[in-house]
Amino acid sequence: MLEGRAITEPLIRAENLTKHFPVTRGLLVGRTTGHVKAVDGVSFTIGRQETLGLVGESGCGKTTTSRLLLRLEEPTAGRVLLDGQDVHALRGLELSRYHTRVQAVFQDPWSSLNPRLRIRDTVAEALVVNRRVTRAGKLERVEEVLHQVGLPLSAAARYPHEFSGGQRQRIALASALAASPELIVLDEPVSALDVSIRAQIMNLLKDLQARQQLSFLLVAHNLATVRYIAHRTAVMYLGRIVEQADTESLYRTPLHPYTKALFAAALPADPDAPRDDMILSGEVPSPIDPPSGCHFHPRCPFAMEQCSRVAPELKAVAPGHVVSCHLY
Amino acid sequence: MAVAAPVVLDVRGLRAYRYTRWGVVRAVDGVSFALGEGETLGLVGESGCGKTMTGLALVRLLPEPAGRIVEGQVLLEGEDLVTKSESEMRRVRGRRISMILQDPQTSLNPVFTIGDQIVEALRLHHSDGERTLATRAEEALRRVKVAAPEQRMRAYPHQMSGGMKQRVVGAIAVAGEPKVLIADEPTTALDVTIQLQYLALLKELQARTRLAMLFITHDFGIVARMCDRVAVMYAGRIVETGPTRTLFRSPRHPYTEALMASVPSMDGSVARLPSIEGQPPPLHDLPAGCRFAPRCAYVDDRCRREYPPIMPVGPAHEAACWRVEPSPSR
Repeated sequence: MLEGRAITEPLIRAENLTKHFPVTRGLLVGRTTGHVKAVDGVSFTIGRQETLGLVGESGCGKTTTSRLLLRLEEPTAGRVLLDGQDVHALRGLELSRYHTRVQAVFQDPWSSLNPRLRIRDTVAEALVVNRRVTRAGKLERVEEVLHQVGLPLSAAARYPHEFSGGQRQRIALASALAASPELIVLDEPVSALDVSIRAQIMNLLKDLQARQQLSFLLVAHNLATVRYIAHRTAVMYLGRIVEQADTESLYRTPLHPYTKALFAAALPADPDAPRDDMILSGEVPSPIDPPSGCHFHPRCPFAMEQCSRVAPELKAVAPGHVVSCHLY
Repeated sequence: MAVAAPVVLDVRGLRAYRYTRWGVVRAVDGVSFALGEGETLGLVGESGCGKTMTGLALVRLLPEPAGRIVEGQVLLEGEDLVTKSESEMRRVRGRRISMILQDPQTSLNPVFTIGDQIVEALRLHHSDGERTLATRAEEALRRVKVAAPEQRMRAYPHQMSGGMKQRVVGAIAVAGEPKVLIADEPTTALDVTIQLQYLALLKELQARTRLAMLFITHDFGIVARMCDRVAVMYAGRIVETGPTRTLFRSPRHPYTEALMASVPSMDGSVARLPSIEGQPPPLHDLPAGCRFAPRCAYVDDRCRREYPPIMPVGPAHEAACWRVEPSPSR
């Protein structure tokens, strides 16, 4: 399952990525009263033909991280490098090349497709915007990608409302593929779909990755989905990565108390599974005013005195396995 | 585990249709099940299979006149709810049968305080004075473990998190001490660690009041954790029911089997998930025979012609599939 992993320079490298949104008060003259620290110093890499899973609860910053990668947000600090080039410094032709190399598929296939465009026009949009293609070349490419995602050629002339959720997600994937990208950001790609359809789409994603040497950033909250698709997984809590490792070792031996709690909360589909419940008290605090020291300490059952004072560094505890916790 | 407890809710041959301009949507098409005191029955299925319509039909909250019950009985402690008038139903809802919906955002009124909304629910069941009602409301919040209930009483829904709001919805639902609680995907909008808190809370409430719960969900993890028995629904009908463990260990209907196989697991990775190709049939244009036939791996001619009746396959275990028929011809 993990074959074909590259050892060379990663495709994407995020360094100390930070995004703070100002919180303003006042109607006409806004006063900044604080900052939402959505992403607060996040670093990771994504290799060629590799999938990095980003997991965490709502508000942990995983979607903002993916938006920074897509250049939909400007970082407050830090940078994203694609093949060593700072993504947010790209201009002109370079920028338009970037948009063909990095594509996205979003959660909700009902709102991500333009209801007034035929499927072929939606799919060809990335081609038209970013590349000069002939009419015939365009149609040929549309048919090619529709075939790749398992849709009939007759789909090209139809409108989004004629398709079910699973098929729409295939269309969204086809339009992401049209420009032959190297990285696709998948933001909760299957969570809006039914159980029996999810497996179809997840298998398709794996097949496409193997066939077309794609890299994925998979943002998801469903841990089983991430386990099935991602090679490496990073766990986020309040804007920071608290643990990152090979998916296999992370799922076998989660180390950070938050990772443990998150995994314990994912209910296995097995009535005889051991119930090592670790019910966390309270809720995720506000990212406007995150707790001092380790962000997790108010909810952590293992919190020590220093946890409220000193933010733990990310430490390597095994090859490729980093964790930010004073216990290790 | 077995249905030894007295039956509080007995649903017999329930049919609820929606009349739309595309035709008659047969969302609930002959559904029968029984629910015992203190028991949790999971109603599982994909979106559009009719599980929510079933829940709404039980409390008589179908979007009338487009949606209505056309046949069947809903016996709550022996009394048929289908024949009751709306004013009679008002006395039943909340006091004897309650429902929690998926999205706490839409179940609460944004312009009233939490306290007002709980008091409003309590007033339907108690004829106490305002002061006593307020105390009862605080008590209800404390029961669903809302921190600082005195302050929360004055809060508006937008000032609370999703998990907190769903607790308030729960408090309102059990305020009248109903016998039956229908929970329609109550944790889908919540984060996983909050979901676990909420499920534990529901279990606790149930243990204290011997509440019978119908838990509508599509998540097999929740089923495994919460339910004593499971009913699997497909295209408007229940295709299999049985004790939770039996259903997980030896599913008999091909749909149940395929659905369980297609759920990725948290431990032990697989190279490839088996998936069910195709999609459920539209409920206004159902195939003649078994509704799963077009997607079934074991389909034969008879399946395409005749819908199989639900047949016993083991203790408290039934399935609607021709393959489970103990036929002498095979």
